[in-house]
Amino acid sequence: MLGAEGESGFTATAFNRRSLGFVLAAFALILAASEAVAQIRTTGGSEGIIEALIKWTPLLLLGPPGEFGGFVLNIAVSFLAMAIGTAAGLVLGLGQISLYAPVRKMSWAVTQFFRNSPWLVLLFFVMLLTPFHLRIGGVSIPLPDWLKATFGLSLPIMANMAEIVRGAVNSIPTSQWESAESLAFTRMQTLWRIILPQCVKRMIPPWMNWYAILTMATPLISIVGVNDAMTLTQDALAAEQKTELLMPMYGLLLVFFFIYCYPIARWTIYLERKYAVRI
Amino acid sequence: MPSLTASANKAHAHGWTPDQPIISIRDVYKSFGKVEVLKGITLDVRKGEVVCIIGPSGSGKSTLLRCINALVPIDRGSIKVEGQEVNDPALDKLELRKKVGMVFQSYNLFPHKTALENIMMAPVLVLKRPKDEVEAQARRLLKKVRLEDKADAYPGELSGGQQQRVAIARSLAMNPDVMLFDEVTAALDPETVKEVLVTIRELAEEGMTCILVTHEMGFAREVGDHIYFTDRGVIVEHGPPATFFKEASDPRTREFLSQIL
Repeated sequence: MLGAEGESGFTATAFNRRSLGFVLAAFALILAASEAVAQIRTTGGSEGIIEALIKWTPLLLLGPPGEFGGFVLNIAVSFLAMAIGTAAGLVLGLGQISLYAPVRKMSWAVTQFFRNSPWLVLLFFVMLLTPFHLRIGGVSIPLPDWLKATFGLSLPIMANMAEIVRGAVNSIPTSQWESAESLAFTRMQTLWRIILPQCVKRMIPPWMNWYAILTMATPLISIVGVNDAMTLTQDALAAEQKTELLMPMYGLLLVFFFIYCYPIARWTIYLERKYAVRI
Repeated sequence: MPSLTASANKAHAHGWTPDQPIISIRDVYKSFGKVEVLKGITLDVRKGEVVCIIGPSGSGKSTLLRCINALVPIDRGSIKVEGQEVNDPALDKLELRKKVGMVFQSYNLFPHKTALENIMMAPVLVLKRPKDEVEAQARRLLKKVRLEDKADAYPGELSGGQQQRVAIARSLAMNPDVMLFDEVTAALDPETVKEVLVTIRELAEEGMTCILVTHEMGFAREVGDHIYFTDRGVIVEHGPPATFFKEASDPRTREFLSQIL
């Protein structure tokens, strides 16, 4: 299905040049304004600021040399938390449509709990609840903070994925279940071979939407002491001790996240349109 | 060409022999909440017979079909398919449904699979038959319903009549002993109705046992061995088409026929 036509359609709608140009112009304006403010406050001029931004960019992106950190850590955490959250959410979502009432009710309760809890509070809970080491048999596996934080962030993703799965399964007409049943498919076969494959298309846009939300929420892990881009920005600012760098540095961090998340948002909109037509 | 619908050498449990009715329905009751849909239905279908059930909308015809393959559980009474009691809590529904094919008003093909895959899925996954053998049968069935050139088409690319013929082929691929047709032409436009009816007529002529819920009176008269008229959950009248359509005695039947014919 993803032929040349689909791809050209994608570039035409998702990367509408005018809208992208508009947003980038807005960012340039924010950066220029913050530099202007900085210039008024000091005599250092904008060159000092740009130099500082260039100097710190490798650290913010890749973390300290030899360590795992910076923006790549944010992305790694977002990938892993999404993978864990998606897998657990699928189980939880299917649990909600189980024929066994206890499973159904438990899944519902777990989903509701994690859907309606603040992410930051969940994060602290997981950090405090999980040990530094995981003992499996005689082997001790260390659990670094970033990994614990990833579990913490995967919990709300799990709950929201469960709702996406449940909603998608329920959106498939019951006549599909009926015709599968009348062909002597078991419930499991019906679910995995007939219902879920039809759900995938419907689930992708909301799933990507949650991925973007998750990525933008990853700076939360800086609060629990992980060397992510947010922590390193604050470290860099502490090292520079220049108030005029505050806005440009945070502005740079915003640009990192924007450049990563904006294409995902546009792609999501494109897929939503594409799949909406084909019902 | 060997018959596609033969069910040779199938073991029959429950002491059923082919000279007994293949489907035997006795005094069946079914309610949805407070609405009584079936109020004491009794009918028999013999092997090779084509039974047509007619009647106004909401008279319980479709529910009755769904009770026969246990899609809908009954409240009271007995339904036996080849001697197997459908109203038995220990019923193996899957075994029952392997014997009873069903075709729906809205086709219900699997939209993410091609016509050929739609036909092959159940025999391969449910009956665990070898894939190449199933594919050969699926292509024969597609030819039979005159859609051999549409094997790789997705349901969304087919017309209603074509989808319905694929649905019939999909059911036949399970080699059922009985076929249930639930108003299979009701969603079709008049031109495509004919192509589906041709397919069903051929099946009937080959000796497939069929129960048809239909509004096509002309067709019922032509292919039916026995006509049942249902209204408000009961069988009002029944008989072979020759007498049924000419000599219907019940005023409700006569009123219905006068509106339809």
